[in-house]
Amino acid sequence: MSASAMALTMIFGIVGVGTAIGFYAGTRHKMTLEQWTVGGRGFGVILIWLLMAGEIYTTFTFLGASGWAYSRGGPALYIMGYQPLAFLVSFYILPPVWEAGRKHRMQTQADFFRVRYGSKYLAALVALLGVICIVPYLQLQLTGLGIIVEVASFGAIGRTPAMLCAFTLVAAFVFFSGVRGVAWVSVLKDILLLFAALFVGIALPYIYFGGIGPMFTAVIRAHPSHLVMPGATKNLGHSWYISSVFMTAVGFFMWPQNFGASYTAKSGDTLRRNAVVMPLYSITMPLMLFVGLTALMVMPGLSNGDLSLLTLVRRTFSPWFLGVIGGAGALTAMVPSAILILTAATLFAKNICRDLFAPDMTDRGVALLARATVLVVTAAALVSAIHSSLSLVSLLLVGYAGVAQFFPGVVLGLFSKRVTRPGVFAGLATGFAVAVVLMLSQRDPFHGLNAGFLAFCINFMVTGIVSYCTPAEPYRLDEPAAGSA
Amino acid sequence: MRKPALGAALWGLIPFAGTCFSVSLWDRIEPRVLGLPLSFFWLISWLFLTPLCMWRAYRIEAKRDAGARPHPEGGGA
Repeated sequence: MSASAMALTMIFGIVGVGTAIGFYAGTRHKMTLEQWTVGGRGFGVILIWLLMAGEIYTTFTFLGASGWAYSRGGPALYIMGYQPLAFLVSFYILPPVWEAGRKHRMQTQADFFRVRYGSKYLAALVALLGVICIVPYLQLQLTGLGIIVEVASFGAIGRTPAMLCAFTLVAAFVFFSGVRGVAWVSVLKDILLLFAALFVGIALPYIYFGGIGPMFTAVIRAHPSHLVMPGATKNLGHSWYISSVFMTAVGFFMWPQNFGASYTAKSGDTLRRNAVVMPLYSITMPLMLFVGLTALMVMPGLSNGDLSLLTLVRRTFSPWFLGVIGGAGALTAMVPSAILILTAATLFAKNICRDLFAPDMTDRGVALLARATVLVVTAAALVSAIHSSLSLVSLLLVGYAGVAQFFPGVVLGLFSKRVTRPGVFAGLATGFAVAVVLMLSQRDPFHGLNAGFLAFCINFMVTGIVSYCTPAEPYRLDEPAAGSA
Repeated sequence: MRKPALGAALWGLIPFAGTCFSVSLWDRIEPRVLGLPLSFFWLISWLFLTPLCMWRAYRIEAKRDAGARPHPEGGGA
């Protein structure tokens, strides 16, 4: 067996086992809309942990973090900075979000806006913007899958056909198994990833330098400024770090899929306890950074930093082990993709199609439409993945700049009685517009600040000012729940 | 919805101060700790210190819950 055949067989074997687990777990429950989207609202600490971990350990963790350590250096520290803070923020906002969700039978993030601000148009706007932000995040996962197959086949299979076949599998998987299946595949994925990260993060510096400390000494000697911000970049300094960490920490649970995951919990307390322990899960991040730095010393000059981890593994270990790492990486792309597609499809079918155009559609109809949308969303991400060359981390930051704009509407919606519908409309629209304009005109970072952070501040101000200038509205979360969800 | 307790919110500010706003104090290589540059060591430490702070915050919130609700297993309103 040739080296690439061995590696690819290993990868497809692991993916096959993962898919089988998903199908099995998914088909054991009757698939109503409630079951497909929020797992019947019965997930305890363990399943929630798995689902949320499924959403943080993505291709971004695996390839993007090492890629940035390789190509940018110091600024990659922001990844270690924001993750614990994202869970910290969830400690305060998810339990009340959950409580409102249970009372008013919410299934999506847009449902929250519909109930709190009493407007299906605001909800549809939130759903639409959410789907738009999901596309680059999905594209990130796709690109990661493409990279894995490309490196494992030693270049024999191109990135585009690799992405095509991987995503057919993901779409089929989401179609049949729903959120419960996804949570169970996370078990396999997280065990593999944890093992892979611990192993390569410790073994690679050890093999080439005799340890992590000597590896750092070598990096410092060869590239004295690489490890301190702005590292190998010109404009990613301390103000960029603070604004990016802040924006991604508040933005993390504004991702429609992360926000929606809170509705699968059994109680608000589950979510709070989860928030306490989750930061420990980020322990793989420094290991990924170590791998990127080792790769910088061992094989400088790669055209794309995102290739560094896999290329170094391929160079160091035998092909079957490259297959294990690649398989772990493939599941790490597939599980979050499945969650993203599921969320986007539900938002589209429920909050846009039904609420705006076909109010008498049944839950069954919505479930069918959502499944059809799976294919549309997947295709959109596939097309943009084939035509884009942004690095994995940059793709993620684009999505974050968008979703962080939901934060004022959510937090003020929960804790302020004075915030109004026009205020949130205006703030959200302005924030999103500012983020899009700055990003598209290549002005990120803007005067050393993360563009999404700047948009977020403007959004908060506009929401506050417009709310004070418009008449007060009832606090709708305290009203009795409406008859239909 | 009920706002978080002041004490719980204050515990949450500590990790924010430690890892976000204070970056210019610890973004440096020397002194190396356990072979790691100071910045790496600092952020890795906070992966463990943050759960500690949040555990304190959790105790405060849990105590408040127990006071607000006579039946510990009751699901609230």
